[in-house]
Amino acid sequence: MMTAQPPVMTSALPDARGYFGEFGGRFVPETLVPALDELIAAFESARHDPAFQRRFADLQATYTGRPTPLTYAARLSDYLGGARIYLKREDLAHTGAHKINNALGQALLAERMGKRRIVAETGAGQHGVATATVCALLGMECHVYMGSVDMARQRPNVFRMKLLGAEVIPVESGSRTLKDAINEAIRDWVTNVTTTHYLLGSALGPHPYPLIVREFQSVIGVEARAQILAQAGRLPDACIACVGGGSNSIGLFHAFRDDEDVDLIGVEAGGRGIATGEHAARFADSARGRPGVLHGTRSFVLQDADGQITDTHSISAGLDYASVGPEHAYLRQIERAFYTVATDDEALAAFQLLSQLEGIIPALESAHAIAEAIKRAPTMPRDAILLINLSGRGDKDLDTVISALGGES
Amino acid sequence: MSQATRTQTGLDALAAMFARTRAEGRAAFLPYYPVGYPTVEASLEAIQAMAAVGVDGFEIGIPFSDPLADGPTIQAATQVALRNGVTVRRCLEAVRELRARGVHQPMLLMGYLNPVLAYGPDAFARDARAAGADGLIIPDLPPEEADLLAAACAREGLALIFFLAPTSTDARIRLVAERTRGFIYVVSVTGVTGARAALPPGLGDFLARVRAQTDCPRVVGFGISGPEQARAMSGLAEGFIVGSALVRAGGQGVGTVRDLAAQIKAAIGRK
Repeated sequence: MMTAQPPVMTSALPDARGYFGEFGGRFVPETLVPALDELIAAFESARHDPAFQRRFADLQATYTGRPTPLTYAARLSDYLGGARIYLKREDLAHTGAHKINNALGQALLAERMGKRRIVAETGAGQHGVATATVCALLGMECHVYMGSVDMARQRPNVFRMKLLGAEVIPVESGSRTLKDAINEAIRDWVTNVTTTHYLLGSALGPHPYPLIVREFQSVIGVEARAQILAQAGRLPDACIACVGGGSNSIGLFHAFRDDEDVDLIGVEAGGRGIATGEHAARFADSARGRPGVLHGTRSFVLQDADGQITDTHSISAGLDYASVGPEHAYLRQIERAFYTVATDDEALAAFQLLSQLEGIIPALESAHAIAEAIKRAPTMPRDAILLINLSGRGDKDLDTVISALGGES
Repeated sequence: MSQATRTQTGLDALAAMFARTRAEGRAAFLPYYPVGYPTVEASLEAIQAMAAVGVDGFEIGIPFSDPLADGPTIQAATQVALRNGVTVRRCLEAVRELRARGVHQPMLLMGYLNPVLAYGPDAFARDARAAGADGLIIPDLPPEEADLLAAACAREGLALIFFLAPTSTDARIRLVAERTRGFIYVVSVTGVTGARAALPPGLGDFLARVRAQTDCPRVVGFGISGPEQARAMSGLAEGFIVGSALVRAGGQGVGTVRDLAAQIKAAIGRK
């Protein structure tokens, strides 16, 4: 028990069956049930094992580069003329996004379970890159499923994964994006389950994934809370993060869950606008976004009247997903967190503004959170504070942005 | 015969099916076929043709956009069905039409959970029974998540089939045996649906492990594609399912489906 603060924390939910209120659970083919039980057991033993915690903490410090800084965005705050904006710099974590936090933790769990073959899905490629990276670090075999639409729009990340020794498998089914990549990763896992760990990248899927991913990502909020207290002398008025599956947002929100005066605001992908139907806004589209079961968990799901999952659109591949982590559905239901949208155009404008005013190129995913700050900050007094999770860096998005802006910037 | 059969509950119909196949000393043959592939009418004709050949029962597939337990053949077929406009409601109508056309064998609806939830579990069970279905098989619904649907099925006398897999522990085998109604769907391999060249080597041991825990009928699925494997099933299990191989045949025409079903039927013994 020589460790300082354990990086993995606990809280009351989910319950033993993996439920956050009426959301969550474990809706999987029977073949996978024993693997999920094994994962629960490995996670429970690891979080009470000082040796595991020491190794995880040591790699976070010496490999990932934690803690990541909290940056005061002075020029953006002055430009908007309202609340002071602080950025939690997950873009500065190794591999350029928060995804490494969970990938490292789960890879260590896989090693503990004696599983040296890893499969993963990826949308934007950030989770795939993080997984390929930790597999290289730990000498594991890595297979990443990626929709062919996403491969085309995130080419630099495809190359990075291959360079890191991973096999990248194009997925041609369905909408050829994140949802379909998850289907294929699950099919691989169900086939090779005795030798393989499915390193799921977001706070969704069957229990215990929403719990495990939250716990490995909660380091974001734990650090940010201490940093804002040290730098600003008080807690923020609101925490803002983008929500695809919801791992960076739940990682930020979790440490603030009992701070009742801190608003928690998630930003979904508004795509071309809710009215167009071309978006990934599970909460904002009250016609198609309804409780349902997709990929092993009960949450809000974009679906048609017959329960078929509908295609989604976002300029950011990492938010382009038809469901959302079950804990977000719960936090929204109990009104602890609030959810809004930013459109493709708003995210693009935020992408450019942050680049120009702060010298930080955000991921298009994170630009959705910046877009909400741009709307909200001017309505707030100067002594108010917004804490934004800058979940990743935007180098991977340059092709997308160049083509969206018609070749000029 | 069809009138008498329809007054039975779904559970009674399955019990009668197993009583007959047991008396004949063979395994029950249950084809899987999805509504709407390659067209709605062609799928109904394929099922009718297999009924005429004397198969013992059916899994009637309801298409879903994200069939994560299925391999390429059934994925492709059910996506065609969705493009043909097939809905849950259309699948229920298909069962009703098949009954009207004289298909008297047990029919189990097989589909993923979300469309059933969207329809409403109670309404689905009620309408399924009214259409003439005998039970449900939902691959992404393990028993501990099934309370709502299990109650609805019990009210309607419908079977609700749960699965076991080679990865299942003895404790899981006991749980599934206790909760399943009708039979246990025994997945032959760790994997997704799809035709395979041979039965997996550990299947006999796995089936014996299940038998040691329960007397419930065991119906083997995943990977059984032709007469040779079907012949091997009699003596190993109480029934078996053939899916992908028949669906692939269905892409070539009703006659091809009928021929394959007839070969499998002939391999397992008399009508």
